[in-house]
Amino acid sequence: MTVMEQQGAGHAARTAPPPAWQPSTDPAPLLPDAEPYRVLGTPAAAHTDPALLRRLHAEVVRGRRYNTQATALTKQGRLAVYPSSTGQEACQVAAALALGERDWLFPSYRDTLAAVARGLDPVEALTLLRGDWHTGYDPREHRIAPLCTPLATQLPHAVGLAHAARLKGDDVVALALVGDGGTSEGDFHEALNFAAVWSAPVVFLVQNNGFAISVPLAKQTAAPTLAHKAVGYGMPGRLVDGNDAVAVHEVLGEAVTRAREGGGPTLIEALTYRLDAHTNADDATRYRTDDEVEAWRAHDPVLLLERELTARGLIDEAGLKAVRDDAEARAADLRERMNQDPELEPMDLFADVYAERTSQLREQAAQLRAELDAEAEAEAQAADGAEGGRA
Amino acid sequence: MTTVAAKPATMAQALGRALRDAMAEDPTVHVMGEDVGTLGGVFRVTDGLAKEFGDDRCTDTPLAEAGILGTAVGMAMYGLRPVVEMQFDAFAYPAFEQLVSHVARMRNRTRGAMALPLTVRIPYGGGIGGVEHHSDSSEAYYMATPGLTVVTPATVADAYGLLRQSIASDDPVVFLEPKRLYWSKDSWNPEHPLDVDPIGTAVVRRAGTSATLITYGPSLPVCLEAAEAGRAEGWDLEVVDLRSLVPFDDATVAASVRRTGRAVVVHESGGFGGPGGEIAARVTERCFHHLEAPVLRVAGFDIPYPPPMLERHHLPGVDRVLDAVGRLQWDQ
Repeated sequence: MTVMEQQGAGHAARTAPPPAWQPSTDPAPLLPDAEPYRVLGTPAAAHTDPALLRRLHAEVVRGRRYNTQATALTKQGRLAVYPSSTGQEACQVAAALALGERDWLFPSYRDTLAAVARGLDPVEALTLLRGDWHTGYDPREHRIAPLCTPLATQLPHAVGLAHAARLKGDDVVALALVGDGGTSEGDFHEALNFAAVWSAPVVFLVQNNGFAISVPLAKQTAAPTLAHKAVGYGMPGRLVDGNDAVAVHEVLGEAVTRAREGGGPTLIEALTYRLDAHTNADDATRYRTDDEVEAWRAHDPVLLLERELTARGLIDEAGLKAVRDDAEARAADLRERMNQDPELEPMDLFADVYAERTSQLREQAAQLRAELDAEAEAEAQAADGAEGGRA
Repeated sequence: MTTVAAKPATMAQALGRALRDAMAEDPTVHVMGEDVGTLGGVFRVTDGLAKEFGDDRCTDTPLAEAGILGTAVGMAMYGLRPVVEMQFDAFAYPAFEQLVSHVARMRNRTRGAMALPLTVRIPYGGGIGGVEHHSDSSEAYYMATPGLTVVTPATVADAYGLLRQSIASDDPVVFLEPKRLYWSKDSWNPEHPLDVDPIGTAVVRRAGTSATLITYGPSLPVCLEAAEAGRAEGWDLEVVDLRSLVPFDDATVAASVRRTGRAVVVHESGGFGGPGGEIAARVTERCFHHLEAPVLRVAGFDIPYPPPMLERHHLPGVDRVLDAVGRLQWDQ
C-alpha cells in the first residue's frame, strides 16, 4: 500500500502535525522591564522606610571600608589576593539582608562582603584569600556555602539545596550570586534549567559589573539583557539598578518571598560597576577609560544613599560621622587581627581528605611528620650553635 | 565471602536491589539521573524504584550531567544522600568539573565540617558492542583525584554489598559498574547480602603459586579464565580482585606477589597513564626482593576506544594475559 492509499484509508483529514509544541507558559509576564528598576532619586524614594535607609547606608559604608581595608591588606602581604567588590556594595549588602536566618547564601570569590554583611566574622570570610585554608567557617553553621572560585559551579549547588529543603518541607530559600561572565558558563544554564523544572525555591542574582576581568559584556553575550535569559527557562527575569541599595533590596525581597511561597525561581540582573580592578594583581587601565570609571563614581551606591538621607533630613553631619567611625573601628579591628600570623598546622593537610585516612595517606603523613621533626631539630641545633657562639 | 548459591541473580538485579534496600532503610537516599524513573534506567538497574518510592526519591532529571551532579552536591549539603546515575562512562565527562572541583574537595575544604555522602554510579568499560562514547574505561581520571573513593565490583555479591557500602559511606564514591558483567550471574546469598569485605579490601579470588594476576571489574572473569587455561601450561596462577582502586589495598596485593614472586596487572583502561603503571610501581617498591621478573601490564591499547566491530582486538583477553605470564622470565 502506498502512502497516498494509507491516507485515503482514513487519515485524509489529518494535515496538521499533532499539537505537541504549543508554548506551555505565556512568556510575556516573565520578561524584564525595559528599564532597570530604581528607587533612589525617584519620587518612590520618599516612601522608603527611614529605618531601612539608615540600615542600608550603615552597611554599605561599612562594606566600602571593608573593601578598602582588604585591598590594603594585599599590599601588606596579609592577603594573597583580594577580588574587590568596591562599587558593588549595594548588591552585597542587599543580598545579605534579603535572607532569613535559615536561608542559604551561595557566594562567589568576589562576595566575601555579602558573607560578612550576613554576620560572618570577616577573618573567617577572608581565610580563602589569606591562604591559610580554603574555607574558614562551617557552612552549615552560617548557612553560607564555601566561597566558590570555579565560575557558576555554585549555582547548581544552590538549586539542589533549595530542592532538598523543599522535599523536607522546610521553607528555606537559597540565594546564589554570580557575575556577568559567569552567565556564559554551562553550569549557569544547567542550574537555571533545573531550578525552573523543579520549581526550586532559589534566587539567582547576577551582578553585572560590565566586565569579566577585562572582557566587556558585548563579547560575553548577545542577549538583550542578561535578565532576558530567564524567559528561556520559564522563570521571571528582573532588571534592577545594582547601585541602588533600596531597589536591589526590594527586588530581592520580592523574589525571596515568591520562592518561599512556592512560586519558584527568579533571575535578577543588577547593573553595577567594579570601581577597583578585578583583583590587586589586575591593571584595569588596560581595558577601560578613566571617564567611564568617573561616570560610575557619580553613581556610587554610598553617594545615592547619602543624598537621599540628607535630602529627607534623616541624617546630619554627626550621624554621618557616627557611621564612618563605626566602619573605621571595624576596619581597624580587622587590620589588627589580620596582622597576626595565622596558626598553621601542616599535619592538617591529611586530616580531612577522607573520613578515614587511607594507608597511602598514613604513609605520606608519616613522611611529612619526619620532615617537620628534622626541620625542628635542625632549627634547635642552629639555635644551640648560635648560643654557643656567643658564649 | 559468601559461597552459598542460594539464588543466582544478575549483577544488574543485585545493584537494583541494593538501591531499593538502601532507599527503604534510609529516607535520605535519593536516586537521580537520566531515565532512571519511568524507564528504570537504560540498563534497568533502577527498575521499579520510582513506582515504589515516588518521583521525589527516584527522579528523572533534565539531560545535563553537570547539573545532575551539581544539584546532588547541594542536596548532600542539606543532609540528603544522593545516588546519581551517569548513563554511560563517556557521558559522565560534563560532570567532571563538579566531581573534581567540588565533590572530591568539600570535606577537605571545610576541614571536615561538610562532607558529601554521595555516590556516582557509572557504567564503564567495553565488550558490549557499543558505538563510540559507550565503552570508555575512565577509572584513571577518578583515581587521580584525591578525595574520591573509587569502587568497582566484579561479582554479583560485591555489586550488592559494595553499592550498599558506597551509599552508606560518608565520603563521595565513584561506583564503576562493569557493563559487560551486568547480565552475568554468579553465586549470591540474598539471605546475607551485606556479607562482603569492606571497601578498601582486595580479595584473592583464586589461590595460586606461580604468579599473581592483579585485576578488577570487567577483567576479573578474563583473569579467572586465563588462570584455568594456564594450568595446561603448568602455571598455577593467583588472581587478586582489587574491588576498590581507592583506597588501594597495598597489603593484600603485596602479600600475594611476595608469595608468588611474579605479577601481571590486567585492565581494559589504556596502559600509558593507566592504573597499571601505579600498581606496578607500588608492587615493585614493596616486593622488589621477592620479584623474579619485572611486573608486566596487560592493558587496552593507547588508542581511542575502537569501533565495536574491532573491539575484540583491543580488549585484554585470555591469550594476551597468558602471553604476558609467559614473559615472566621462567627460565632464569
